[in-house]
Amino acid sequence: MRDWLRRAETYTIPGVFVLVVGSWELLVRALGIPPIVIPAPSAVARALVRLLSLPSFWTDIKVTLFETLAGFAIGAASAIVVGGLIAQFRLLERTVYPYLVGIQTVPKIAIAPILVIWFGFGLASKVVVSAVIVFFPILVNVIQGLGATRQQELDLLRAMCASRWQIFWKVKVPNALPFLFAGLNIGIVFSVLGAIVGEFVGAQVGLGYRIQQLNFTLDIAGMFAVLVVLGAIGITLHLLMRAIQRRVVFWAEPDRVSGA
Amino acid sequence: MIRIHNLEKTYRTRDGGTVEALARVSLEVAEGEFLSVVGPSGCGKTTLLKILAGLSPKSAGEVIVAGQPVNGPRRDIGIVFQDATLLAWRTVLENVLLPVEVQKLRLAEHRERALALLALVGLAGFEGRYPNELSGGMQQRAAIVRALVLDPRILLMDEPFGALDAMTRERMNVELLRIWEERKKTVFFITHSIPEAVFLGDRVVVMSPRPGRIVDVMRVPLPRPRGLAVMGSPEFGALTARIRALFEAEGSID
Repeated sequence: MRDWLRRAETYTIPGVFVLVVGSWELLVRALGIPPIVIPAPSAVARALVRLLSLPSFWTDIKVTLFETLAGFAIGAASAIVVGGLIAQFRLLERTVYPYLVGIQTVPKIAIAPILVIWFGFGLASKVVVSAVIVFFPILVNVIQGLGATRQQELDLLRAMCASRWQIFWKVKVPNALPFLFAGLNIGIVFSVLGAIVGEFVGAQVGLGYRIQQLNFTLDIAGMFAVLVVLGAIGITLHLLMRAIQRRVVFWAEPDRVSGA
Repeated sequence: MIRIHNLEKTYRTRDGGTVEALARVSLEVAEGEFLSVVGPSGCGKTTLLKILAGLSPKSAGEVIVAGQPVNGPRRDIGIVFQDATLLAWRTVLENVLLPVEVQKLRLAEHRERALALLALVGLAGFEGRYPNELSGGMQQRAAIVRALVLDPRILLMDEPFGALDAMTRERMNVELLRIWEERKKTVFFITHSIPEAVFLGDRVVVMSPRPGRIVDVMRVPLPRPRGLAVMGSPEFGALTARIRALFEAEGSID
């Protein structure tokens, strides 16, 4: 109890924040850097307060959040289904895997303009961009995870006369979960990225659209304020994912698998 | 209970060659017998066990278990590996009941039995714990209970105590004999420890590597029930010395 009070990070993490933001403010003021180049943190804070008082900004937040979560859900669900199928059939896995690795190296962001042409300027195209970006890292992790069961555990189940189906559900799936969560943790961050990129390409609403609008009016402080909001969204989603991971994969050390 | 006749097993290596893992192995195990198999690593002990368990196909010869030729896993065999192989996301009781679940039998009926077996091996009160909360010896005892929960006629054990420290290992040996004396299973026990093989077995099969084959089969004349004190007896010393001499003559001491 009260353990965190004794830990050094409890003081160093906010310390770094105060130090960086403080010296940023001081430098901008002392050197007289124009707000069009780098706005002072106080100006960013004022811009944030102003934006948060606009109902249209809240609509932007809601729209981007919706695109993000819908894209994540669709991308993750299809990656799990496709990954499950691929891992079940050896030949399929061997055939498809080189292509997956190939596609992994293509920057998916580059296809966002095409997707916007296909799916229009509305919500749908952003959801699709987000889903596509989320899909691959999760897929690769699912396939890897389903192949990660130790031979010993497979032998154990086979010796009990377990069916293929039982082996899949009772050992392969639980063993894949830490990998799946490693993929989901990457995916949730990517899903925000996908929504924003989709909005950059063409949109009438959303935080990505808002950044572009502020850019046109050279409101750099406003752009920074939107970045703060995006950061907050990203951190919240990441922490949420971590909390779910800790409950579901309670037996695995989260640090052991997050890099997988 | 188990009859093996002229069993052969050859593996194909990656460069296209073949490795003879077992060469003309013949062996019979009587019902209720405790058979120890001892040999250095690479002598095909584990291969032999996997063939008996129906996990690995044979290349030639005959393997008959309980009157039927082996051509796949059987329900009346319990297996214990060197590594306890408990599933990390299941509690001790859930792990022990896994065979019941896989064979779709009534969990409620086997719960009592599982708890009684856990108590027998000194794990009463640990049924709700997860494997990573248990010591190596406790995990291995849970694995033994899992192998016993469906009351199999045959117990196959592949160096089950190999990863344990010497003290725990001796205690586990005594416990295993106690369980066996209570339920008289046919036990096929693989080890690379000569004293362990002699202490536990009715007979000791001595194997040698490259290719794996049986060098000798010795009857252990020690009276039962056996306690650890038996290890100090002259018969025990003579038998272990004879087995050791066999390995030395084969030039296969690791």
